[in-house]
Amino acid sequence: MTFHVHVRVIPRPGLLDPQGQAVEHALASLGFADVTGVRIGKAIELTVDAASAAAAEATVRTMCERLLANPVTEDFVIEVSS
Amino acid sequence: MTRVAVVRFPGSNCETETLTAIERAGGEGLLLDYRETTLQGADAVILPGGFSYGDYLRSGAIARFSPVMQAVRAHAEAGGAVIGICNGFQVLCEAHLLPGALLRNAGQRFLSRPVDVRIERRDTVCTADYAEGDVLRIPVAHGEGRFAADEATLAMLEGEGRVVMRYVSVPGTDVAHNPNGSANDIAGICNAAGTVVGFMPHPERLAEASLGSAAGHRVFTSLISRLTRTGVAA
Repeated sequence: MTFHVHVRVIPRPGLLDPQGQAVEHALASLGFADVTGVRIGKAIELTVDAASAAAAEATVRTMCERLLANPVTEDFVIEVSS
Repeated sequence: MTRVAVVRFPGSNCETETLTAIERAGGEGLLLDYRETTLQGADAVILPGGFSYGDYLRSGAIARFSPVMQAVRAHAEAGGAVIGICNGFQVLCEAHLLPGALLRNAGQRFLSRPVDVRIERRDTVCTADYAEGDVLRIPVAHGEGRFAADEATLAMLEGEGRVVMRYVSVPGTDVAHNPNGSANDIAGICNAAGTVVGFMPHPERLAEASLGSAAGHRVFTSLISRLTRTGVAA
């Protein structure tokens, strides 16, 4: 079966995210003063052939651990849909 | 003659200066394509600066899986000398041959300017010709040089004396001494044995007196004399 997989890669909490900070300041200057905690990561979309959604997720988890995310500085979230 | 391989990844751009610096220090430089699967008899390998694979995904993340990296890893694990300069340091971290990671500069900007770094450790493959505490003014040129690691890793690096170069403030300098927000002002680190070393500054860009300073030259003489002394070189 074919599964569409959406991976979000986000900088670890506690690590300085200068992009997020810059965007937060820009939002504040546009008048969105109530915004805090802006963090910027990456979105990666994949199509995977696998026997089940769980198998697709397991494969993508391995991809994240090996390449798509850096375990030292980033967390990731995997969403699988058919 | 001592032979030092310099890897050219797609997007490397400091390999020529690095080869020249090796030859100026008395070694034989060998340009090594990233598709090679051996070090072609080299006694040491340098991963040079640049933007391998366009820095796509993360700096060094894709270069890490180049065919040549298996040979680099085997060489490192056998105790061989491996040096990563700038992008090369990023590749070594991504390959887990050195701990930590290099993130976007805290100031968000690409920085190309001289920095002052202090030699914190002489007992490595490329700093023996300096004295501990020597301060060098050499260039950095990077967008992602902010060294980051978890608290335990930082404590381990400091406790084991594995910080090789640290950004320092020189009296009379009016720019921030830490250019990128690196943890503990770290500019370069090494493995426990001091045989795998990575740092952000570019010694190869300032290794010839006619350029105004040869501050980086001794990185290369240190490497060549170490290889000659240990008899690795034929």
